[in-house]
Parts: sequence; structure tokens; C-alpha cells
Amino acid sequence: MDEMLARIGVSSIDELFEPVPERFRFEGDLEVPDALSEPELISHLAELSRRNKGAADLVCFAGGGAYDHHVPAAVRALASRAEFATSYTPYQPELSQGVLQAIYEFQTLVCEIFGLEVANASLYDGASALAEAVNLADRVTKRDRVVVAETVHPHYVEVLRTWTSGLGTHIEVAPFDRATGVVDWDAVDLEGAGAVVVGYPNVFGLLEDVSAAAVRARDAGALSIAVTDPTAMGVLKPPGGHGIDVAVGEGHGLGNPMSYGGPYVGLFATKLEHVRQVPGRIAGETLDADGRRAFVLTLQAREQHIRRAKATSNVCTNQTLMAIAAAIHLSWLGPEGLRRLGELCLARAHRAADRLSEIPDCEVRFDGPFYKEFVLRVPAPADKLAAAMARQGFLVGPALGRWYDAMDDCLVIAATEKRTPEEIERLAEALEKELAGR
Amino acid sequence: MSATGAPLEMSAGLRERDLQLIFEQSRSGRRAWSLPPVDGDADELIPAEHRREQAPALPEVSERDLVRHYTRLSQRNWAIDVGAYPLGSCTMKYNPKVAEEVAAMPGFAALHPLEDDVLTQGALELLGTLERALCNATGMARITFQPAAGAQGELTGLLIMRAFHAANGQDRHRVIIPDSAHGTNPASVSLAGYVAQEVRSDERGLVDLDALRDVLDDDVAGLMLTNPNTLGLFERDIQKIQAAIHEVGGLLYYDGANFNSIVGRCRPGDMGFDIVHLNLHKTFATPHGGGGPGSGPLAVVERLERFLPKPVLAFDEGSERWRWDDDRPDSIGRIHSFHGNFGINVRAYAYLRSLGPEGLRKVAEGAVVNANYLRVLIEEAFPTAYPGTCMHEFVSSAKRLKKHGVRGMDVAKRLIDLGYHPPTVYFPLVVEEALMAEPTETESKETIEGLAEAMLQIAREAETDPDLLHDAPTTTPVRRPDEARAARDLKVRWSPAG
Repeated sequence: MDEMLARIGVSSIDELFEPVPERFRFEGDLEVPDALSEPELISHLAELSRRNKGAADLVCFAGGGAYDHHVPAAVRALASRAEFATSYTPYQPELSQGVLQAIYEFQTLVCEIFGLEVANASLYDGASALAEAVNLADRVTKRDRVVVAETVHPHYVEVLRTWTSGLGTHIEVAPFDRATGVVDWDAVDLEGAGAVVVGYPNVFGLLEDVSAAAVRARDAGALSIAVTDPTAMGVLKPPGGHGIDVAVGEGHGLGNPMSYGGPYVGLFATKLEHVRQVPGRIAGETLDADGRRAFVLTLQAREQHIRRAKATSNVCTNQTLMAIAAAIHLSWLGPEGLRRLGELCLARAHRAADRLSEIPDCEVRFDGPFYKEFVLRVPAPADKLAAAMARQGFLVGPALGRWYDAMDDCLVIAATEKRTPEEIERLAEALEKELAGR
Repeated sequence: MSATGAPLEMSAGLRERDLQLIFEQSRSGRRAWSLPPVDGDADELIPAEHRREQAPALPEVSERDLVRHYTRLSQRNWAIDVGAYPLGSCTMKYNPKVAEEVAAMPGFAALHPLEDDVLTQGALELLGTLERALCNATGMARITFQPAAGAQGELTGLLIMRAFHAANGQDRHRVIIPDSAHGTNPASVSLAGYVAQEVRSDERGLVDLDALRDVLDDDVAGLMLTNPNTLGLFERDIQKIQAAIHEVGGLLYYDGANFNSIVGRCRPGDMGFDIVHLNLHKTFATPHGGGGPGSGPLAVVERLERFLPKPVLAFDEGSERWRWDDDRPDSIGRIHSFHGNFGINVRAYAYLRSLGPEGLRKVAEGAVVNANYLRVLIEEAFPTAYPGTCMHEFVSSAKRLKKHGVRGMDVAKRLIDLGYHPPTVYFPLVVEEALMAEPTETESKETIEGLAEAMLQIAREAETDPDLLHDAPTTTPVRRPDEARAARDLKVRWSPAG
């Protein structure tokens, strides 16, 4: 160190901090706990982690935007490779062909599952992808009225409101029919709207009339946006097939653990005509100096580091590593595996619905078709029942009273490909017992 | 051959030309997936109008093919675990392995975000401890962990700025930004519904105080400042700057991109900043993942606390329990689907606990010493744009090589052949032929000397053999991809037609 300081031409480290005015120099010790060695650190964190009870301890039937999907061993092994994990944004393409090609493959996969023409390299999460989609629609249509189905995940709607609050965007909620749990799109006033947002499936797990939303939006001169579950794309018609203009979604279910809500990955795809309005990074194919195929970040003139105040978005850091995991997961699945994944979610969720509705005074709240989660009406306050079920070894919920009026007796139950018929039977028996004891 | 070893020669993936796309390796009927059989006919569960008719064209590959493909892709990448990564402004420091191990613990990784607080006490305590430590290090009162990255923290902070002025019955329109600022600053300002107004840097590379005073009035909502700034220089007039902005009723925003150079030695709160975002993937050593995930927690002073995104963490003394407090009537609202990038925050917590107060202080010292060491080693050939010592990074210029027909990008490409990732090129925009280098505190003296040696060699080659630089790199799987072509003949997804 002394040698380095001498070469720099200073006599002490403090001299290098001379530009910091004396009055602002912090001389004390920070109030952070003393350093731990590696074994101490691991025991400390193991102790903290044991004070959490999640899907590793309880059987997870919880839904509401995060799900206990299987993460294949190959995905975990490949996505955690340090060459991916400890690299930076691919600004020097010669040293980043791996990440760039993986993003290019990811974009292709997202286009394929959503049935659309162009995708970006990912956004932070499902909610931010929705906010960016609405901003794209408002730029394209030059309008600022947005109609969002009440059945889009309430957190997403809240993020959308926060995100656009400085822009003066008018966000209106299209209420759902209390009998069906979906929006009657023919009854919604879309005049002057720039964006129309539908959940696919919606927050109750139900299949909305996505085609009607897309048609009505187009007739009103608005862009249609579908918040889409990518795990359903092996069995459900893609949003592009319904005529949707922008598909966004939460991609954590593809290869990334629940991790208490993040890091997740926002998926974003749209039609080619809007490519110059797309937020965030896009990888593109080109040729190198020797005429070989090469990949680069492209259309960077949209982005903040070039366009600054006039950029399509302020996003810089995204969720590339999660996107790579999603790409590996989709490649692991292939068309057949993605279909099987969707069929399993459908079959297990319906088995759970059938079985749980046999319990006295329990019923499936809405009759319409659903994908991997459904709303169970229970003869008890749903939030207290969910807490009691955790003590029985099961994660269920969310209880919908937290989000919707007059739904205090409604509980979301989700079943992924991981839930077995035996677990469903045990859940039913535990619920039956719990309710009988009340 | 370089002091960092021989990564280019070591990895097959980096050497290999023309790697196929996963789609081009697809063969009908091959599969990697393994999932249980389905009970019953799932098709009947979906009405016809919602059924997928045509399967998406996903690749059909074996697990072996899949593993080899992505392993080789990973090898076609520079990474901190491969060698030094002195990208200025990006803070590519070494990411400790133990952080990966603890974040993967099932008690963290398998937590559902909507679980009852009773079930997540360990996670909440971790966040609570991290919040206290970060508040202490920044001199702030409270933090939200929702922002997933620095730019999202900026938007959150600017929306809080809006809410603050609105609560005071004021409608202000402009936010001031120095011309050396990161592009995210003006972009975030626009997104928050404000107009970004730039102020120029003076001959010292610092905010021009007179120019600043000229634009300040009661229409200014705030000033966003990176300190040290992107030139690696500490804004030594910070006392006058903060007094000036506060005098017109504006708020002072600290962009934490360069917090690593002052952590433990100087606190934004003491300097008069009201709002601070941190980039945990920079200062707190979490991996960048090829461009993300990051984590951009936002800290505020007490008078802005009520505007923070909801929910915020709370600790009930009576029950001795942590909980999420949603009852926040003045909150700007939620900014993330759930609680932000929790898994990244666990890694940052592990880093903080492994360093302790003394270790944290050494972070800034090491970063500043290493940057200055590299600066003096190369300054003869690559003079810095502004004289004197720097903080954690510096901006030198390749303009002296221009007379040989050599540009900053040529220097960067040649460095690749010599076994180093180049510094940031052509940023900040205020410096001609900018090369912005940030070695970080985790690189050794030997690595810095090796890097300097390589740069000096390149300066000599610029004189004697400029074409060597124009033709570089030659050791990589591709050479100087045509970016203009990529934007012109747009191809942003693979398709079977070619």
C-alpha cells in the first residue's frame, strides 16, 4: 500500500480524501454489527432462514402472482454459472456473445410463447412490464386514458398508478361481474382510451374474454395489453392469437425460485410496428468484420444512455440472469414439455377445486374456466383460516378480503405441476378438520 | 498473456466461432423435460376458443445438448470470475461466493411473497437490520427495498419529491442535472413528469456554481447529483450546492452509483441530501448477472418518510415481531410487484455482515487508492481530463492517439486481445475520447500494473503499428460486429426462414 501511495504522490490515504470537506468527513465507526467469518456468517444466516416457513417447510398451494413451480436441476446449474452471474451488461459485444446470444434466444422464445413479433431483454417484474406497456400504448396512441380490468393483480394496478402518477395518466378500473369473476367487455366504456388491460388468466385464475377485450380496444383506437401467465402458454391460445397488441407477464415461474418476491423477470412482447417504442434492451443479429453472425445490443437510440430525457424508458439494469434462466427452462421444456406443464397445472388445480368443494359449506366461488388457481369460498374469515392452515402445514391464499370488498370469505388456492394428488387429499382433510373444529 | 491469466485461451466457448442457436440444434422428438403424467383430459378443461391450436416453436433438445449449449454460451463471456472488469461507473468488484450460498438457503429462496408476516420473521429481521445499517451509512431515516435497480430508485425518489411539493401545495416543474450525469437521471426525471434541465460542468469538472445559481428558482423541484460525480471527482462545493437548492425550496437527490468511494468516510445525509438511492449490485458486491438483477433501495430523510412506497417495515415492541405496515395514507404507492429483489438484498446483507464497520471503511479506501494508482501509471499516455487526484474512478482521454488515426474504441478493442476487459468508452459525454476506468478495491496491485502495462503498450503500438489496433480484436469469437447493420436490417428474433 505504501508503495502505491508513494507512486501516486501522496503520503496517506487521508490525503486522497482531501476533496471531501472536513465538516463532512465521517470519522466514527458505522453502526453495523462486527464482521463475521464465513462459518459464522453461514450459521447466522441459517438461523435467520430457519425462522422462516416457506414452501420448503409447508406444502404450497398459495398463488396471487407467485407460484411454487419446479425449477429443473439443469436450469439451476446453468443459470448459476459464474460466467453468466458475474458479467456486466454486454457493452463490449466481442466479450459478451454468450449473454447476447442467450438474450436473443430468450427474445425468440418469448415471441413464440406469446405469439407476437418482438420481445425485449426483460424488465424488473410483471408489474413494471405492465407499467412500461401502458406507457408504450400512450406514446403510440397519443392518449392518456387507460382502462384496466379490476381483475388484473391489484399490486400491478397499484404499481401502474404509482409509476404513471407523474405523467398525468388517467387510470380507470373496469369492474368485474360479481357473478362470473370476469369483466363484461361489451359493457365497458372505452371511448378515448389509449390502453386496455386484461389479465390472462385474471387474478382469480379465470379466463377472461381476451378476444373481446382486444377487439373492443382496437375499435376504440386503443392498444390492448394482456398480463399473461407464461406457464400457461402450452395450453392456452397465445395473446397474439387473441389479437392482443402487447403481452406482458411475470416470468419467475420459468426457472426462478419464489425468493420472497424477487428477483423476478418481467416479460414484454409486442408487434413489430412498435419496436422503436419498446423499453429497455434488445439484442439483435448482425455480421462482424469477417462476415460472421454476431449479436449486439440494438436500437440503442431508444435508451436512456443515448436519448437521455427523451428515452422510451429510464430502465438500465434489468433482470438478464432471470431471463437466461427462463430461456433455459423453456428450452428444457420444448413444445411438448410446455404443454405438459400447462396440462398438469390445469389438472391439479381442477382436482383440488373438485375435492375442496366437497367439504361442507365450501364452494368454488366462480363457475368459469380457470387455469392453475381458483377462488374457494369458505365458511370462515379467509385470512384467519389461511393462518390456521399454515399451522397445519399448508400455505394457501391470498385471502381476497385484503384486495376486494365483500370477499372476506374468499381464499385463492393454486396448484402447480409440483402438487400431487396425495397432497391435495391431505390439504382437503386438513381443511375439513380445521373447519369442523370451529 | 496477461497478469489475469489466460481466460481467452482457457475457455472453449470463447474460442469457438459460429456457435449454433439452440433452435438450430432442435430435432423433432428429442426432449430434456421430465414431468409426471397427467390424470384425465386437460383439453376438456379449457373452452375451444381459449385452446392453443399451434404449439410454439420451442427447441426440442436433449438435456445433454441443453447443458452443453448453455455452458458454451456462458464461456463466450467476460465475467468478474474470469478477469478484471474495470468498467468505469459500473463498479465490477468481486462477488463473494458465500453470498450465493446463503441466498439459496430454502428458508429464503422458497418463501412466497404473500405469506403471513408470522411465517417470515427471519426475512423481515434481515431486512430490518440491513435497513438500519444502510440508513446509518447514508445518514438517512428510512428505506424502501422495493426498487429493483438504481433507475427504479430514481423514479421512486422523484415521485416522492413530487409528493412532497404537492403536500406543500406547490407545483414545480424542473429538476436540475449536471451534464456529466448518467442517462438514467434525465430519463427518470421525464418519467416522473418533470423537465430535466442540465447545468454545465466547469473547468474543474465540477458543477458550475454560477450556472447552477442562474437556473435556480421556485419552479425547481430538486437537483440530482452523483457525488463523487461520473468524472470520479468529489463535488467539493457540496455545502454551497445544498444551501442553494434548499434556499429555493428544492430537494437534493443523491445518485448512489458511486457510493462505493465514500462509504464509511462520508455520509450523504450529512452533506444535506434528502433522498438517496443505493445500487447494492455496485457498492454491496452483488453479482450483475449480465445486466441484472440489481437492487436499488431508496432512503429518505425523516420529513419525507411518510411518502415512501408502501408497505414499510415495522417492528412492534410489544409482541417483538416484525410486520409490513400498509397503513400509509401519504405513500406514493407500490413500485414493485412484491418486496423488491429480496434475493439480492440477502446477498448484500451477507456482504455487509462479512465486512463489519472496519471492512466497510476499507472498501472506499481501496477503491480510491486503486483508481489513483492506475491513473498515475497510465497518465503519460492517457492524461486525465481534469488534473489532480480522483476518487474511485477517473476519466482519461485517448485524444493524444488521434494523430495516429487511433480512437478510444481502438484502444478498447486491442485491450481485449491483451486479456483485459476495457474501461467504459465514450462516457461521460463531456470528455473527448473518454476512457473511464474503475478498477475497484478488489483488484490486486499486480492486476492493476498488468492493465496499465497493456495500456502503455497500446499507446506505443498506436504510433508504430496503428493497424494492429484498427484490426483488434482478433482473439474473440466475433470481431467488431456491425451495429449500424443490426439497427438497419433489424433481426431481433430467430426464425426458421433464416
